[in-house]
Amino acid sequence: MAKRIEVEDLDIYYGSFRAVRNVSMTIHPRAITALIGPSGCGKSTYLRALNRMHELIPAARVEGRVVMDEQDLYAPGVDPVDVRKHVGMVFQRPNPFPTMSVYENVAAGLRLNHKRIRKSELDGIVEESLRGANLWEEVKDRLGKPGSGLSGGQQQRLCIARAIAVKPDVLLMDEPCSALDPISTHAIEDLMAELKENYTIVIVTHNMQQAARVSNYTGFFNIGGTGEPGELVEIDETPTIFSTPTHTDTEEYISGRFG
Amino acid sequence: MSTPTKSRPAPPETDPPGDSTRLVRGSLPRRASWGALGAATLVAAVVAALTGFSVTLFVLLVVVLYTAGMYVWSRSAEGRRKAADRAFTSVVTSAFLIALTPLISVVITVISRGAERFDGKFFSYSMRGVVGDGGGAYHAITGTLITSGLATLMSVPIGLATAVYLVEYGRGRLAKSITFFVDVMTGIPSIVAGLFAYALFTLVFGAGTINGFAGAVALSVLMIPIVVRSSEEMIKLVPDDLREAAFALGTPKWKVILRVVLPTAVAGISTGVTLAIARVVGETAPLLIATGTTASTNFNPFSGQMATLSVFSYYEYASPGVPPEPYLARAWTAALTLMLIVMVLNLVARSISLFFAPKTRS
Repeated sequence: MAKRIEVEDLDIYYGSFRAVRNVSMTIHPRAITALIGPSGCGKSTYLRALNRMHELIPAARVEGRVVMDEQDLYAPGVDPVDVRKHVGMVFQRPNPFPTMSVYENVAAGLRLNHKRIRKSELDGIVEESLRGANLWEEVKDRLGKPGSGLSGGQQQRLCIARAIAVKPDVLLMDEPCSALDPISTHAIEDLMAELKENYTIVIVTHNMQQAARVSNYTGFFNIGGTGEPGELVEIDETPTIFSTPTHTDTEEYISGRFG
Repeated sequence: MSTPTKSRPAPPETDPPGDSTRLVRGSLPRRASWGALGAATLVAAVVAALTGFSVTLFVLLVVVLYTAGMYVWSRSAEGRRKAADRAFTSVVTSAFLIALTPLISVVITVISRGAERFDGKFFSYSMRGVVGDGGGAYHAITGTLITSGLATLMSVPIGLATAVYLVEYGRGRLAKSITFFVDVMTGIPSIVAGLFAYALFTLVFGAGTINGFAGAVALSVLMIPIVVRSSEEMIKLVPDDLREAAFALGTPKWKVILRVVLPTAVAGISTGVTLAIARVVGETAPLLIATGTTASTNFNPFSGQMATLSVFSYYEYASPGVPPEPYLARAWTAALTLMLIVMVLNLVARSISLFFAPKTRS
């Protein structure tokens, strides 16, 4: 389960435009790493590069190394489909499959990836994943109902259940609470705190209080100016970043003076 | 210990009510438009009767009188904006009714004339050995179902695969040229499709190869662009969020398309396919050339000519025997049957899209 990721000199491009420059960081296992920074600084782009979702965009490419388990995810011969089986993702907007029920949504990853899986085994994994996402008690009586009939917060937890059902090593979360109300946000944050016992979690957030509340490490991204690539200014343990950051930019951003 | 009581500042005064802020305006009585319509109809009837009754003049007068009358009346009572609103409402409604007239006329005519031979015999007998009265269109109905069915079997896989390619894979020049040629194909006159199929079968199987399959090929030439276009639009509507969600689970692309994208779009795709069938099922010209016609029932699309409802109706009407009445009656009933088939297909399309549509609650 939970794996460490070493990122070395990562440059991310959209065509000839360099969106993110020269990022190196260590993402620690069984911990939450939060990425903060102003809009357009490349946090989401960087996050999507960690499970090779970035290259789904035409002409998008990456240079540098992302090493997990002593393997470079970008080495030639690595199948991005296999990478994504190990590095799952939760998106900004809850996106359950509209044609599938709650049960089928959670089972989707397994059903789509494995030819055969016993019903009893699948039932177990679905329940385990929904419990893991703190959703079981709310949906256990309506597993056959459409997943899109749940509330926004429930849908997002359903998406988390779907992501952890395939038992990834790392979970990437791209602003998972930005479309949710404070109560649902609280539920997701509690969930993240539980999930970090077993997973490596990387979360992109615009909400600095959230980063301060939930994360163990915080990385601050910034851009020099319009058209300039984004870059990692610094990354450190969360209390350090929020109390004694090394860079003045970080301090100004955290204290709300720009961004 | 007492705190000094602060006197609150007086709230700001509002301006005195004036003429510029008057919100209540005059309005016409509740049933004013119906009354005006009645009056316009009455006046128009009198004028039309005095000049020798003409339906066109009468309808035109009703529309003009009503529109003008309402405008003047409303303008004096309600003001300029309401008057313009009423006038335009009247113009738009009239345009709609005028556009609807030929449609209703066609339906009424086909039903009333087609009802005469709309009987069991019509649906169970062919025209084999029938001269004059009697006979039926069994052979033409089966022919229509066979040719349209074959055309659907050929068009849907090709059209759907093309649409999937264009949305999910197509980049650059190949995709652009496919889109271009699909657009061109949409505009092909149906007779050209028939000639194409005829020429193709003549080249491959020898001169005079006319059969149901040739007709189906001609129909699929017409059908493929419709299927491509409608499916493409429907597949484009599937949110990228869902594709990303599936990719993030480590699902290969072909499975994402097959298990997530197409099921999400299936309602729209099947509606599009059904409407494409409805579009070609009534085609006459290509079948006239590529499929021909016959008086007997022919279930084999690969050998011999085959009757179809549209061609049957055309021949019964264009070259009736003596007396012509039974032939004309059969022609109308064939048209009615065709209309019913198209209507059923439309209903099927509706229920399919209802049935498959992603449900939010159940």
